[in-house]
Amino acid sequence: MAHDHDHPHHDHGHDHAHADDTHAPVNEAHGVRPESVLLERALRELLIEKNVFTAAGLQRQIELTESRNPELGARVVARAWTDPQYKARLLAEAKPAIESLLGIDLNLTPELTVVENTSGRHHVICCTLCSCYPRAVLGIPPAWYKSPEYRARMVSEPRAVLAEFGTRLPDDVEVRVVDSTADMRYMVLPLRPRHTDNMSEAELVALITRDSMIGVTVLPEPRR
Amino acid sequence: MTPSFAPGDQVKVRAADVTTHCRTPHYLRGKRGVVARVFGAFPNPEQLAYHRPGVPYQPLYQIEFDFREVWGRAEANTVITADIYQHWLERDA
Repeated sequence: MAHDHDHPHHDHGHDHAHADDTHAPVNEAHGVRPESVLLERALRELLIEKNVFTAAGLQRQIELTESRNPELGARVVARAWTDPQYKARLLAEAKPAIESLLGIDLNLTPELTVVENTSGRHHVICCTLCSCYPRAVLGIPPAWYKSPEYRARMVSEPRAVLAEFGTRLPDDVEVRVVDSTADMRYMVLPLRPRHTDNMSEAELVALITRDSMIGVTVLPEPRR
Repeated sequence: MTPSFAPGDQVKVRAADVTTHCRTPHYLRGKRGVVARVFGAFPNPEQLAYHRPGVPYQPLYQIEFDFREVWGRAEANTVITADIYQHWLERDA
């Protein structure tokens, strides 16, 4: 689906830090500190030993998390584009609309709101405090979403960061940076590209990228 | 706890300093905004973090901030929204 970006979030224009870069910040995308691995393991074993959860329960949760991916969000978007009543329901109350369309249970996942991009208004999501992300419909967030650069710069120079993703918005388009600071998660309903009127819902799903549902990109018109 | 604010209300984020867990970002403390959406009430995360029940639950609001109010410089036609719990908000008369 979405191609992986080079991560355009450093101030000095160089590419993303690599695991062999000794100057890489510790919480950068590619490197996981060995002590973090040990800490996770110690904590996990203790919680299992104390019966807070079971190894099987943890495994089920991991499988559930890994089963979520951006195609779920894309299916929701394609339906909203093709069914105005569905779109109205989705924007008013996202969870039940998503549950009924995808046949999944979102009872145990955080609250979710879908924000709509239009020709005059562009939303982009971030989480300055950690890495809150609409995992229920987009899966695991990309590494750059969790990077300190993205989190700091998206709220302080959003138009420049969007431009680094190739998204250059004219000044008459309002940019709304949505900082997911609390119990609400957000997904962006991207603007439907022109010249897609004759496409089937399945064709539309294939067009919709993860990044457009984060709001860092705008979907291009399909090549004809 | 019933919500004290409604969409359109002018509010100000408390400029308090806390050293314990909290979900109010520093860059918005003391800033003025407008209530955009009212969500339900949620357990107070400042208590949950320490294994307490999080009562009273705090109404949660999506607050809209003008870019210049937040950073003191202009960015064309740009708004920042963040979700702030009621106990961090005061009315901005």
